[in-house]
Amino acid sequence: MLRDVRRNTWIAYTLLTLLSIFMIFPFFWMLVSSFKDAEQIFKAAILPSNPTTANYRFLFFDRHSKFPLWFANSVMVAAATTGSVVLFDSLLGYTLAKFVFPGKKLIFLLIMSTLMIPTEMLVIPWYSLSITLKWVDSYWGIMFPGMMSAFGVFLMRQFSSTIPDELIDAARIDGQTEFRIFLTIILPLLGSALATLTIFNFIGNWNAFLWPLIIASGPAKFTLPVGLANFSGELGNEWHLIMAGATISMAPLILVFLIFQRKIIRGITLSGLKG
Amino acid sequence: MTIAGKRIRTAYIFLSIPLAFFLLVRFFPMLYALVMSLTNWGLTARNARFIGLENFRNVLTDKVFLTALANTTRYALIGAPLAILFSLFFAMQLNRISRGQGLYRLVYVLPYITPVVAVSWVWRWIFQPPPIGILNSLIGSLGLPALGLLLDPEQALHSITAVNVWVELGYCITIFLAGIQNIPNEYIEAAKIDGANGWNVLTRITLPLLLPVTLFLTIMQGIQFMRIFTQVYNMSFQAQGGPLDSTKSVALYIYQTAFTKFQLGAAASASLVLFAIIMLITLLQMKFFDKRINY
Amino acid sequence: MKRVFGLVLAIGLAAGVFAEGAKETGPAEPVTITYWQYFFQTKVDVIDILIQRFQAENPNIKVEQVTFPYETFNQKVASSVPVGTGPDVLTLFCGWQPLYVKSGYLQELSPKDFSPDYFRQNFFPFVEESVKFDGKYYSVPTAVRSLSLFWNKKLFREAGLDPEKPPTTLEELAEYAKKLTKYDAQGNVVQAGLAMQPTGQGHSWIREVLIRQFGGEPYSADGRKVTYNSKAGASALQWYTDRITKDKVGYPNFATDDVTAFRTQKAAMNIDGSFRIAAYKAIPELEWQVAELPVYNGVKSNFASFWTHGISAGSKGAKLDAAVKFLKYITSPQAQELWLEKVGELPANPELAYKQANTPYVGTFLKGLGYAKATIFVDEAGQRNVFVNMVDEVILKNRAPADAIADAAKTEQKLIDDFWK
Repeated sequence: MLRDVRRNTWIAYTLLTLLSIFMIFPFFWMLVSSFKDAEQIFKAAILPSNPTTANYRFLFFDRHSKFPLWFANSVMVAAATTGSVVLFDSLLGYTLAKFVFPGKKLIFLLIMSTLMIPTEMLVIPWYSLSITLKWVDSYWGIMFPGMMSAFGVFLMRQFSSTIPDELIDAARIDGQTEFRIFLTIILPLLGSALATLTIFNFIGNWNAFLWPLIIASGPAKFTLPVGLANFSGELGNEWHLIMAGATISMAPLILVFLIFQRKIIRGITLSGLKG
Repeated sequence: MTIAGKRIRTAYIFLSIPLAFFLLVRFFPMLYALVMSLTNWGLTARNARFIGLENFRNVLTDKVFLTALANTTRYALIGAPLAILFSLFFAMQLNRISRGQGLYRLVYVLPYITPVVAVSWVWRWIFQPPPIGILNSLIGSLGLPALGLLLDPEQALHSITAVNVWVELGYCITIFLAGIQNIPNEYIEAAKIDGANGWNVLTRITLPLLLPVTLFLTIMQGIQFMRIFTQVYNMSFQAQGGPLDSTKSVALYIYQTAFTKFQLGAAASASLVLFAIIMLITLLQMKFFDKRINY
Repeated sequence: MKRVFGLVLAIGLAAGVFAEGAKETGPAEPVTITYWQYFFQTKVDVIDILIQRFQAENPNIKVEQVTFPYETFNQKVASSVPVGTGPDVLTLFCGWQPLYVKSGYLQELSPKDFSPDYFRQNFFPFVEESVKFDGKYYSVPTAVRSLSLFWNKKLFREAGLDPEKPPTTLEELAEYAKKLTKYDAQGNVVQAGLAMQPTGQGHSWIREVLIRQFGGEPYSADGRKVTYNSKAGASALQWYTDRITKDKVGYPNFATDDVTAFRTQKAAMNIDGSFRIAAYKAIPELEWQVAELPVYNGVKSNFASFWTHGISAGSKGAKLDAAVKFLKYITSPQAQELWLEKVGELPANPELAYKQANTPYVGTFLKGLGYAKATIFVDEAGQRNVFVNMVDEVILKNRAPADAIADAAKTEQKLIDDFWK
């Protein structure tokens, strides 16, 4: 019996390790390719014979490279929308959880139902709207669809409902205004859930592609993913630069991931087990 | 005003901005899209006329759209089950080991959190034909003939499906693992005492109890694959959905109709068709599972 | 007598006052106009220089250059000009002109400044034909391009071929390509004898060159009827696809694309345009040269194209006047010579172009211009795609060239008919 378990465990480890290789290999290959120059990248050897940081230096420092701009755009857009999501989703979630008012159920259902509307359908009216309101090729144009998220509302509502009513009532008796209560009592208590929402929203926004692709007409407003997709130049595809660019576009996320792994795994699990 | 009344007023005030957002950014555009689909809207509203259902008629008889629809169906019918089956299998393997679960899970989730554009380009690089693609180099060194992959109309769609499965595996594994670990040990112990072997435990206890999670993942993955866009855009030559439209998804068709052909009206109608199909399939799936969950 | 004199004096004074007034409002307010171009480094740089010089000569006009990626250029124009946020002067590919005119993005060039004679005397014939729409003129180019055969001298040497003697006929081209192709142990191409890339210039080579060389015509004179669905067309397509399927000297997207392949010395020959000169010159290890396109059946043909500049429909009043001045300036002989020097594209003015007959690289492209044809596109990307798919149908799905070209003709005819509806 025990021997069976041990054999099963051994098989499990083997299979899991094989899967890990399959998952990791593309990242390894990308990294290794990013240190090859234009000549080495087409050679059969796996490791660069003459590793160089020239690709990274070009992307960051060359005056023709727009990578730093794209990086900055991504950071700005992701940070701004995440800030908005955190503020408004928690406000809405808290209100739906802790206040009693007519139409509460309807409003909640309405917001949840927006989860089913695919972005692919919305981008067309969004674009039309943006032309009329002159938001095309502007930062606001990139950000506006992402300022709030229904999933975040759901999450915040779940967590707000666990806050004891007595805390809130006590604060009211103390004479605090409702908004003050929200800022100073609710938000800190939601801390952990807010952190998860922040990370997820930041990652999701950083990786967004379809809408930023549509709304930006020129390189000045590209985010990193859009810049990477439009990267091929007059000399065809410069794979050594693309690999370095891909690495750069992932690096911040991998960092965030390593630091906040628990929260991320928790967030994934939460989204799946909401029943 | 009463205290309750005051609270209601506060609630509405708090709600106002977020609610306005959802209405203006999610609901109103949906109606807007509906209206646009009934006109011959170009890129701007100039010269747009009401043309009734003509867009829908054109889209549904367009050979390219029908190809895109067939492709999208294949993406979903092949990709989603693959993702679910593999992730369930590997989640169970993960459940068997005591040390290293965290580390493995970390590795698996990596593809999920990285930008799809970046991984698409990396896989495209890996899939290149000889002499520059590493996958074909490995195959060649084994003495086997090279694979066309993204250049072959029979293989391109499957290559992209494989990449999307690779992206989604970690997400599904994590959720399945949590679901498995949620099953109270007592059930399993009790069954074993009763003489059940591994297979029985799996089919009579684990799988049925995982049904809600499986339903959730099947629906999510199905929708994911039906909306596939980024990989197709970045892994087909000049983002055309080729070779010979073999990888074109409905989402790419919508994008091309709107932004390279400048026909927003027609694109809106195609997007409504996509939306309808996604809704239909999701409802069907829920009905199918519903019977099974409530035993 | 006195009254007449008085009247004349009054009129004279009035005229004088008016004249003074006119002179005064002339240079008073500076006008700013915008110029839109697609992003191509050398072109951006040369326009910057031209703007500086233009502004020096016209102190009351300021020009702002804005660039967009090639892929999104049309979208940008389509979403800005109709709502009035477009530029004053903009660049466009000659093949886009029918679309731009029909959509209302361009305004007719005034016959006073741009008369038919102006075009006939200063530009190549195919230019004058292509910038006309419905008998009116809508744009002016600075430079034109044609195709040539590029070849890699080092790879020629390695294959035992004389590096100074490129193939001159299609038969020779096919023969050389076979000698220049290398395979690995599994039979995969690792060095293409001839890069085969319909998505690059390949489709134009088939369309305007091969089809004619096999005895056919791609379109009717007004460009509205597809005429390549013929035995000649099928033979031309067959010749092209045989290089891929029978001789196996290359295939679409080998080494990513033809430019990457040639640049990294994985393709020994390629059919490409003069716009590639500057890029290849910058690679010192690349030993390359260009030759006129191979002849077949005694027929020489070439494909000419050009980027041209037009005035947007929304430009009016003082801005329009400034735009006309700027347009004339960037298409002037001095501008054309600067463009040649910095970008490597041939002057659109035949006299200037023929002065380059002996310049390395450029001279060869010039010869091609003499017998080149431009294509009147209604949907450049769509029509390019028809040819790409046509080739793919033959090489990936084993369809007979005659069937593939018949289908392509039907598809393309519908595209053209829908446009003119």
